[in-house]
Amino acid sequence: MMLSVRDLSVVFTDRGEPFTAVDRFSLQMDRGETVGVVGESGSGKSMTAHALMGLIRRSQVEVTGSAVFEGADLLTLPRRELRRYQGKELSIIFQEPMTSLDPTMRVGKQVEESLVIHEKLAPGERRARALDAMALAGLPDPAEVYRRYPHQLSGGMRQRAMIAAALVLRPRLLIADEPTTALDVTVQAQILETLKAINREQGTAILFISHDLGVVKALCDRVVVMRQGKIVEEGAADEVFHRPRQEYTKLLVASRPARKKLRGGGGDG
Amino acid sequence: MGRALLKRVLLLVGTMLLVSVLAFVAFSVIPGDPTSSVLGIEATDEQVAALRARLGLDLPVWQRYLRWLAAFVTGDFGQSYKFGLPVAELLASRAEVTLVLAGAAFVLIVAISLPLGLIAARYEGGIVDRIVTVLTQAVMSVPNFVMGIGLMYLFALVLHLFEPKYVPLSDGLGAHLRFMLLPALAVALPKSAMTVKMLRGSILGEMGQDYIRTAYSKGHSRSSALWRHVLRNAMIPVVTFLAMAVGDIMAGSIVVEQVFGIPGLGRMLISSIGTRDYPVVQAIVVMLASVVVVCNFLADLLYRVMDPRIDGR
Repeated sequence: MMLSVRDLSVVFTDRGEPFTAVDRFSLQMDRGETVGVVGESGSGKSMTAHALMGLIRRSQVEVTGSAVFEGADLLTLPRRELRRYQGKELSIIFQEPMTSLDPTMRVGKQVEESLVIHEKLAPGERRARALDAMALAGLPDPAEVYRRYPHQLSGGMRQRAMIAAALVLRPRLLIADEPTTALDVTVQAQILETLKAINREQGTAILFISHDLGVVKALCDRVVVMRQGKIVEEGAADEVFHRPRQEYTKLLVASRPARKKLRGGGGDG
Repeated sequence: MGRALLKRVLLLVGTMLLVSVLAFVAFSVIPGDPTSSVLGIEATDEQVAALRARLGLDLPVWQRYLRWLAAFVTGDFGQSYKFGLPVAELLASRAEVTLVLAGAAFVLIVAISLPLGLIAARYEGGIVDRIVTVLTQAVMSVPNFVMGIGLMYLFALVLHLFEPKYVPLSDGLGAHLRFMLLPALAVALPKSAMTVKMLRGSILGEMGQDYIRTAYSKGHSRSSALWRHVLRNAMIPVVTFLAMAVGDIMAGSIVVEQVFGIPGLGRMLISSIGTRDYPVVQAIVVMLASVVVVCNFLADLLYRVMDPRIDGR
């Protein structure tokens, strides 16, 4: 078992009142597996992803349970040791590729950043590995994109740059937090194809977070449906999509949200 | 970039012209006449008329301005009415003094506020942050001449660390700068407080951005994310702020010169306004304006280097 999450709960205090964003979330994932987490806004799916990735400040938010990744509990690991996994063994891509890239740094430098942090390489070697990752992420003309700034790229290219940065150290697990929500439908389909190819060819496991069960079905073997912080249904992606047992899941299948409304929308719970 | 640069240079020249016109017009509308300070109050009308003709004061204001401008662009700043000396000669050493003071103040502002702003933001809510916040709030509201008097009292009368007697550059650069430290501090402290506050806010604002979350996800610690990503982005507004502060620094230097008895442009400016010594006033005004305008121009260039999104616009 690559990842074993047991009873993950995320509780934060909102104006003195405790609010449970994620309630006893459990999940098992094997190497190379693709799992989708689906739910509406505020269902706790993004929070789950961020908790696994170590992006929640423990001093402000209470995170309980365990998430054992290759033998180490990501939730209790000291920060310093957790950082050795971040960007190396597990990576994440986000919903907003524009704001997720540093506007003042060249794209190539951002792609190779994990290499700078985790490995000691000569600049030429780093650059070669970055260009490899960019080609893998489906960026045309990586050498050209390498010296561009984020604002000079289209939304789809930016997200591909994010994917390249996440994959540069060939992590075992890629967490994709609504990576296509901010993109056009055609670009969305292309990015999904790229993720699929990466999973097939590199054996990278993908935990795919989305509000769109249709998108998840296209990529994932298994799916977990979340509502108000809890898992309400799980199973093989096809099974859940075609024969949903919960009314809520049926609604997620039926709702094909209008892209326009979602575009430019901020984060979600 | 080339076109943008040309536009900036034209704007720079235009601003300077505007400033010189405004200064000229201002002195033609306020009452007072330079002849009385040169000839005394008992001069006859004939003497006054003769002097006015000699100084060109009998001409209409626009003609006087054009004459002045034509001479100015060839490097001739005219003669002081009162001292009978070329303005350039009269002002050279004084301008140097003021520029040293203002330059030292600027360096102090950067040297004080960058580390403090960084530490306050890095350890937000910590003990250093809280002390810095209280101090900046207090220091920010002190006018610089009061700061000058306070510093002078503390360092000269209480601690005896400072000899309140001007040391010119001719006594050696080290001794000159040592004297200038305190007046420069008086100019710098209130501005430093504002810069710290601004930098701290800017850093904390950037710390909450999505791209910092990305940096953490790659394995950056808070400190390394700060160095590699936050600082550059956070400095962009601060550079603009510092450039705008140059005007205040010049103004502050002129005031603080009075407190410390420094023979810079400030004293000269005030006495020349009193005696209506137009060529001197005009030269000082244009000089001060050019420092401000040139610094803003440099900040603009720096801004373009720091923020790739601006380039080419």
